[in-house]
Amino acid sequence: MDSQIADNGAPTPVKAPADQAAASVANASHGGLPRNPGMPLDLDWALGIEANTSAIERRCASLPGRRTVKKDHQAAWLLKAVTCIDLTTLAGDDTDARVQRLCAKARQPVRADILSDLGMSKITTGAVCVYHDMIPAAVRALHGTDIPVAAVSTGFPAGLSPFHLRVEEIRESVKAGAREIDIVISRRHVLTGNWQALYDEMKAFREACGEAHVKAILATGELGTLRNVARASMICMMAGADFIKTSTGKEGVNATLPVSLVMIRAIRDYYERTGVHVGYKPAGGISKAKDALVYLSLMKEELGNRWVQPDLFRFGASSLLGDIERQLEHHVTGAYSAGYRHPMA
Amino acid sequence: MTIKEIFDSMDYGLAPESAADAFAWLVDQGSRFGLFIDGTFTQPGKGFESRNPATGEVLAELTQATQKDVEAAVKAARAAQPGWAEIGGTGRAMFLYAIARLLQKHSRLFAVLETLDNGKPIRESRDIDIPLVQRHFYHHAGHAQLMDTEMAGREALGVCGQIIPWNFPLLMLAWKVAPALAMGNTVVLKPAEYTSLTALLFADICRQAGLPKGVVNIVTGDGAVGEMIVNAKVDKIAFTGSTDVGRKIRQATAGSGKALTLELGGKSPYIVFDDADLDSAIEGLVDAIWFNQGQVCCAGSRLLVQESVSERFHTKLRARMKTLRLGDPLDKCVDVGAIIDPVQHAQITKMVASARNCTVHQSPVALPTQGCFYPPTLIEGLSPADPLMQEEIFGPVLVSTTFRTPAEAVELANNTRYGLAATLWTENVNLALDIAPKLAAGVVWVNGTNMFDAAAPFGGVRESGFGREGGVEGLMAYTRASEKPEPLAPVPAFESNDAPVAPGGLDRTAKMFVGGKQARPDGGYSKPVYGPDGNLLGHVGIGNRKDVRNAVEAAHAAKGWSKTTGHLRAQILYYLAENLAARADEFAMRIDAMTGKGTGAAEVEASLQRLFSAAAWADKYDGLAHGVPIRGVALGMKEPVGTIGILCADEAPLLGLISAVAPALAMGNRVVLAASQAFPLAATDLYQVLETSDLPAGVVNILTGSHKELGETLVKHLNLDAVWSFSSTDLSKMIEEASAGNLKRTWVNNGQAFDWSRDQSKRFLQAATEVKTVWIPYGE
Repeated sequence: MDSQIADNGAPTPVKAPADQAAASVANASHGGLPRNPGMPLDLDWALGIEANTSAIERRCASLPGRRTVKKDHQAAWLLKAVTCIDLTTLAGDDTDARVQRLCAKARQPVRADILSDLGMSKITTGAVCVYHDMIPAAVRALHGTDIPVAAVSTGFPAGLSPFHLRVEEIRESVKAGAREIDIVISRRHVLTGNWQALYDEMKAFREACGEAHVKAILATGELGTLRNVARASMICMMAGADFIKTSTGKEGVNATLPVSLVMIRAIRDYYERTGVHVGYKPAGGISKAKDALVYLSLMKEELGNRWVQPDLFRFGASSLLGDIERQLEHHVTGAYSAGYRHPMA
Repeated sequence: MTIKEIFDSMDYGLAPESAADAFAWLVDQGSRFGLFIDGTFTQPGKGFESRNPATGEVLAELTQATQKDVEAAVKAARAAQPGWAEIGGTGRAMFLYAIARLLQKHSRLFAVLETLDNGKPIRESRDIDIPLVQRHFYHHAGHAQLMDTEMAGREALGVCGQIIPWNFPLLMLAWKVAPALAMGNTVVLKPAEYTSLTALLFADICRQAGLPKGVVNIVTGDGAVGEMIVNAKVDKIAFTGSTDVGRKIRQATAGSGKALTLELGGKSPYIVFDDADLDSAIEGLVDAIWFNQGQVCCAGSRLLVQESVSERFHTKLRARMKTLRLGDPLDKCVDVGAIIDPVQHAQITKMVASARNCTVHQSPVALPTQGCFYPPTLIEGLSPADPLMQEEIFGPVLVSTTFRTPAEAVELANNTRYGLAATLWTENVNLALDIAPKLAAGVVWVNGTNMFDAAAPFGGVRESGFGREGGVEGLMAYTRASEKPEPLAPVPAFESNDAPVAPGGLDRTAKMFVGGKQARPDGGYSKPVYGPDGNLLGHVGIGNRKDVRNAVEAAHAAKGWSKTTGHLRAQILYYLAENLAARADEFAMRIDAMTGKGTGAAEVEASLQRLFSAAAWADKYDGLAHGVPIRGVALGMKEPVGTIGILCADEAPLLGLISAVAPALAMGNRVVLAASQAFPLAATDLYQVLETSDLPAGVVNILTGSHKELGETLVKHLNLDAVWSFSSTDLSKMIEEASAGNLKRTWVNNGQAFDWSRDQSKRFLQAATEVKTVWIPYGE
């Protein structure tokens, strides 16, 4: 286990003094688990995966009716969801001050009195996710915490800048202090069936990340079919992705449950054959507390409890936190809450 | 548990649905129920307790209906029926719509009550049963509205006795009541004694809807009450339940003229091909065999996996079984609820305990300390010869085996007495659409399972019963042709005048026509045929059991006929007509010589028309693409019934035969005919016509002899799919009774004449086909 990962914190309470325990739970990048070393490209496997869209949609449509959490369980699950959020700002008008505000929210995502009423110690979000130029501001703002800074990279969101610049961008971001790199794959490699190119690209990105964890954004909304999503997921994992992630948030369709189910099942398949844990990050379009609970139950059902921890599961979301905060206050007071009662990012 | 602890463990916790309103409703009713007869509840009488299988607690006391009660209910239904039919399609549509609306308004009360009474998870009653119930009434409000225009020439049967099972109490009620009411029938319905409460709440809804008194009557009680209904003066019995009871009802109603539909047991195959989305196929299995604790007649209970993926599939399946949640059915986070009753639980336990030479794997669930629960179970490594591969368990128990090729999958799938449903998983559209028609089942689900809709007919083949529920086929089972038939007088053969046989003629003794060849009767006996003047016309063989056996065998061997195209069958039917026309005079003279009625020429002419009609229909009696509420299609495919035994009419020896046979052939059936007993020579003369018309050997087989003897052997033959009798010998009761053996489809005349002079080809086409509903969800 390398020091970088240890620094990122593990979900096991091995190292932490009491006041840091919660933070370490929340900030795990891949705590306690070996990273995905990747493997040689196995096209028979990757291309043999089937994904039946109707059946997948049915499973997703019925899941919210099959699994639900109420009362204290709901509150606990929502808190868990908070710790899995990559609090994100990816806007052209981002400034250092704006990022600083976001980081402050990441440090204290839920009002202290609410946490205290719920009997919880301090929690933080899973990470803060920004563009490369915002990394220094984020790193400064998160100094003294275990919250990693994640940077979107490789010509995000389209991924069409020159390849060497995309690789260089990763290196620059890591150098600037990003501990997680969210890369975008070349969708054209998937759409043209150039799987070797996809594998090689991902492998190069992974290498450029060094100790930083790499999340592979598939941009599922642009891959055309669920089968393509499954294949791209598998090939990115073979090439060493630590996480696979649905979307940039900029595509027409971002995270959906069916896409998630396909990616999660690919993760399970990869785990069953290699024993390696790969994380999952749905991004874009998840804005309701209720949706977050469904995602958590999907993870729990398909992958098990180990995968509902921030080292293996993240939400890429900006407005989700606000809804969760209102739900948590409702849980405490029994009265529906209002947005302005919760500090903004 | 503290929130902090849950935060770490990420457990689900309890999520109970409140039963308060349902209990309040029960208490409001005094927790005791009478029967719902003629629009009012009777005083509660002696009866039995209805229990919650998840806890064992008594929910209410119910009344065991007496003979008098059943008679009163039938009387009320009888009195109400003419008025109910009279108010017309729109009138009935408005009531059905009102019922649908009320079901919707009280949906949660129905769902909770259903779960309390039956033990199924609240998710299922809330998300599946009750919405399907509403859908059924909405859909059939539409059928009522359209009856006048779309069901022209059909009318209500009258009073329908309906007996439903405990596994989908309200849904089965809806499947029975909605179409019956839509078509102008009134009903006497008996819910299962374990699960009567939602039926009684439904009675309450009928009152709220202002449904005219007597249109719906609900009597509670055990099988004895069911028997009373079967024997009551009703016009139809609709039954859903076990094959054993179905058989008894078939026997009990034999010869009574009561219409009958039976939806019985199953051991439905669930086929997974190597190119399937395995994870989705596993999720499908959860819906197939662990839906409603596996207490589902169409449960995919027989898993057939292609050998090449079997190990992976089973590994994934065992893993999936670990995350099934069993427990309080009212918990919104539970997959598997309670078994209906300790009796059923004991039966499941006993059957699983009998498993030999296999691996039994059960979900590692903690069974609640009280109530009636059985863990999800997988029995691997069985062979078709093992009883558990053949017998319906009716519990959360999946049995599995493997296959090597698609052909073997079909063989294994069809190696059963049942034929209710089948599921197949493949991403190959060619494979899916090739296999679906080959499966002996009334319903086939492609890449999905247990999909139901009011617009898509549901029902079985073989010993899973007959009749369809849902769609237009379902309406046919609640209507009859409006005509009023006349009684049919027996048509005796003419006796000899004992005159000496005129010398000089060349002897022509007809043989049997079996497998495309003329065959001597096995028994070696013949009998003379005389004309009305008593002169000898010729001899025909006396067919016996062995001749029937040979003929059925030949018919089976000709199975290629069922796979031919409608176009080809039309060509052959036209050719038959051509060859018959060439000998029209000869046939007309022969008929006149036998019957002495001088109608021969007209009969030949009409026969030619029937052949033309059948040829015309051969490529036009199409199936449907049903408008089901999924992205996909539910195809209503018309398939041949298979092999049909036909006792041909005596009063029209050629026309009766051709009228029945031509549509049967057009639809791809193979037939074994018993020629008119009185006037068999028109049939035997046909041999040469058949031989010269390119009809493959064995497609038509003709026997001569006694209708009673031949009919008895035919109807008992377990490898024959249907028997029709237009014989003037009164055999209807015998045939219906004996058909119970393999529950073959029967069409008997009940001693009533059939108007052969009219072209009624459509009735024959209908009887000659089974509708298979093939669900094909799609989407990429």
